[in-house]
Amino acid sequence: MSFDISLWLLQDGVTNGSIYALLALALLLVFAVTRTIFVPQGEFISYAALSLALLQAGRLPGVVYVLLGGGLAAAALELAQALRARRWRHLPRRLALYLLLPGAIAALAWWAAPRKPDLAEQVLLVLALVTPLGPILYRIAYQPLAGASILVLFIVSMAAHYVLSGLGLVFFGGEGLRSRPFADAHFRLGVLDVSAQSLWVVAASLAIMLVLWLFFSRSLYGKALRATAVNRIGARLVGVRPELAGSLSFAIAAFIGALSGVLISPVTTIYYDTGFLIALKGFVGAILGGMGSYPLAVLGSLGVGMLESFSSFWSSAFKETIVFTAIIPVLLWRSLTTRQVEDEEE
Amino acid sequence: MIPGRAALAAFIAFLLAAPWLLTSFQVTLLDYIGLATLVSLGLVLLTGVAGVMSFGQQVFTGLAAYCTAVLTTRYGMSPWLTLPLGLALVAATALFLGAITLRLSGHYLPLATIAWGIGIYFVFGNLDLLGRHTGVPDIPALSVLGWKLDTGRRIYWLIWALALLALLAARNLLDSRAGRAIRALRFRSVMAESFGVDTASLKTVVFLYAALLAGLSGWLYAHFLRFVSPGAFNVNAGIDYLFMAVVGGAGQVWGAVIGASVLTLLREWLKELLPALIGYTANYDTVVFGALMLLLLQRARNGLAPAVARRLIAAPRGCAREPAAALARRGQPRAGERLLELRSAGKRFGGLVAVRELSFSVASGEILGLIGPNGAGKSTVFNLVTGVLRADDGEILFRGDAIGRLAASEIARRGICRTFQQVNLVGSMSVLENAALGAHLRGRHGTLGAMLRADRAEEAQLLQEAARQIERVGLAAHASDPASSLPLGQQRLLEIARALCADPVLLLLDEPAAGLRYAEKQALAQLLRGLRAEGISILLVEHDMEFVMGLVDRTVVMDFGEKLAEGLPREIQSDPAVLEAYLGGLE
Repeated sequence: MSFDISLWLLQDGVTNGSIYALLALALLLVFAVTRTIFVPQGEFISYAALSLALLQAGRLPGVVYVLLGGGLAAAALELAQALRARRWRHLPRRLALYLLLPGAIAALAWWAAPRKPDLAEQVLLVLALVTPLGPILYRIAYQPLAGASILVLFIVSMAAHYVLSGLGLVFFGGEGLRSRPFADAHFRLGVLDVSAQSLWVVAASLAIMLVLWLFFSRSLYGKALRATAVNRIGARLVGVRPELAGSLSFAIAAFIGALSGVLISPVTTIYYDTGFLIALKGFVGAILGGMGSYPLAVLGSLGVGMLESFSSFWSSAFKETIVFTAIIPVLLWRSLTTRQVEDEEE
Repeated sequence: MIPGRAALAAFIAFLLAAPWLLTSFQVTLLDYIGLATLVSLGLVLLTGVAGVMSFGQQVFTGLAAYCTAVLTTRYGMSPWLTLPLGLALVAATALFLGAITLRLSGHYLPLATIAWGIGIYFVFGNLDLLGRHTGVPDIPALSVLGWKLDTGRRIYWLIWALALLALLAARNLLDSRAGRAIRALRFRSVMAESFGVDTASLKTVVFLYAALLAGLSGWLYAHFLRFVSPGAFNVNAGIDYLFMAVVGGAGQVWGAVIGASVLTLLREWLKELLPALIGYTANYDTVVFGALMLLLLQRARNGLAPAVARRLIAAPRGCAREPAAALARRGQPRAGERLLELRSAGKRFGGLVAVRELSFSVASGEILGLIGPNGAGKSTVFNLVTGVLRADDGEILFRGDAIGRLAASEIARRGICRTFQQVNLVGSMSVLENAALGAHLRGRHGTLGAMLRADRAEEAQLLQEAARQIERVGLAAHASDPASSLPLGQQRLLEIARALCADPVLLLLDEPAAGLRYAEKQALAQLLRGLRAEGISILLVEHDMEFVMGLVDRTVVMDFGEKLAEGLPREIQSDPAVLEAYLGGLE
């Protein structure tokens, strides 16, 4: 392998690795706050990437139907709950959240799609279409089972993954799409040929990490989420509603998923089920980082990106196998250092 | 729990009659159900009973299927030779994967199973030897005694004979010494360790059994379809298998059949119905499956099997049978021997010092009371002595041997048995079975013996011992009730019965009288005196001072992790330091 090629692979690895790092952060956040292994994150990536490509083609992305249908279902659940408890105080706001907001976004998309908006508007529209799916999904699938064990929540995630990936196939079809790059420019840095797209990805990832850091260290909602992650009951006692924390963490995760989809969609062709693999690579990154530390998860994800790009050079057919079996040494090490017998909560 | 004999007979009669009554297509569906039953049965045991979740059973199915496909088509080997080879390959893989993941906490294993499921899928799809994405065609049919099993109707008999055998073996397993231990794995592994169960290797055994069942299914699949390709072993196949176990009711052996039937038939039905309903073919079936799973998890988390079982006559499991020879007992040490000794033991949790420089000893044949205000560190002392926690400083000796570094199960083997402050029973098991779990170390038959019912004589002895101890603590009338149905006080008595089943030398009782009424407390005190007369020594943590002072020979008082006082009950009651600790001083 020549020096040029390894630099090029390195750049590729860092680009993909920073997307996995974003995903790993979102997955860790959701796990800490709700104890959910958030597998359906992958569908948000696919939804966003495919929606962007469709918007560029001047077509209305099918995700609007998922958004409207999901909002309707969540609103129905809220209504049923209010009827059962005869408490109406929160109902108007929640109905607005699940009905009006998705309705407004869908209407905007329907109006804008044929007018071929410029790139920034397309991206904002995609983020607006996909992000509300997070809280909607939380309301429908997870909130009724919030007290369940990690393993039950895991099955919920797989069920949600089935529903969302099935809907993805229905609304986006089986073909893959690729959107136009944000920028075609290339820069030469010494021997390295840097594509502007890579810079975009890395810069956006860094910016999001900074925003997340500010959010969690400075804002009240960020602190509430951290409190919930540390001690659910304690946070509840000081007035942090677990539903709010869950809903908020899912919104952040969906936003990050959507952004990752937007960033990756010019880099590679995305099918309705590609996101699943991409999100799982975020998990691999988080596991490599020990499933607990945010900085280590970022490092682990960059490692995944490198491993992927170098293995695609040496043995492209077994790229995925190599990436997904990379967790074996980590698991082995952890299993040799963990000796505790633990009980699952009932 | 188990469908009665009538239901089982009806099920077998249906299976016998089916090939004559149904169309070829319907028989083929039954073949698929049988194949899926094998895999989901493994998951019922692994996930439902033992609490180990796997989304990767298709890995084992695929390994066995490809193994036989390649060896029979390329090397002309007999399928009957590839069966043991395939299962050996599956076993080796399962042992390796189990070794690296089974010790880790709950969420790692399912994630890891998804990861290696994806890994192996791409191996299947990219190896030339395995025919890449087109797969391996022309796999020979099986033949038994010259009879070729080359149609769905013919292989039906083999598939369902094996599925039934596996179901019966699993049922036998759950109703045995090893089965009780397996049923404690999910929520009660700390307790199981305290009674000598090696939970790590037991989990490995269950994981191995589930993998072998999946491998068997894969081998059958290859010779039934006569063609294998990677598509059958993708991640969704693994998710489907787990969904089957959940739909059927993880934890119920017959749930495997129910789950496999429901999902297989539903998918077939959706394939016909949805295009007719919507007008075009799309893979709506995953959407419907996912939505149904969500509904099921929210409405009936225990699956469909309990609802079915309720309609059938349930045979009470684990009833005492004909009289059996009593279990051998160990000799008690002579009275007055120094039994347990703590030398400057210490335990910290981060910055909190739970136990500091604690020294005391228990002599054989005495009841020692360990008292102190809440948070004094009494339960931590229990956890240190029984090996649940490891001391940071000092030494713990039992009959002269250092036990501070031993595993909980090894300490149990030496005769230290305990009850838990937070009652630690397997709620779904009967009172009798819970007690019998205590006698785990007094039996020796393992999982294989249990599946083949070679353990019945020993099982009768164990259950008889359990019945004897239950009677002793006054719970005989509740022997076949689920443990979770008892009030808290009686659950504590059951904990004592379970500890007694282990034939202890030293009994550690953590607040045994909490939740008992006055008369029950007197009966308990009577029981403990009886045990002392038999030579059993007791270390007792209790808050009811009247109960403690009337019973114990000596008392150790703890406060803030340290020993405050030690002596006869009478001396302790007038010790100023003790009064200060308990009453905040007399000013």
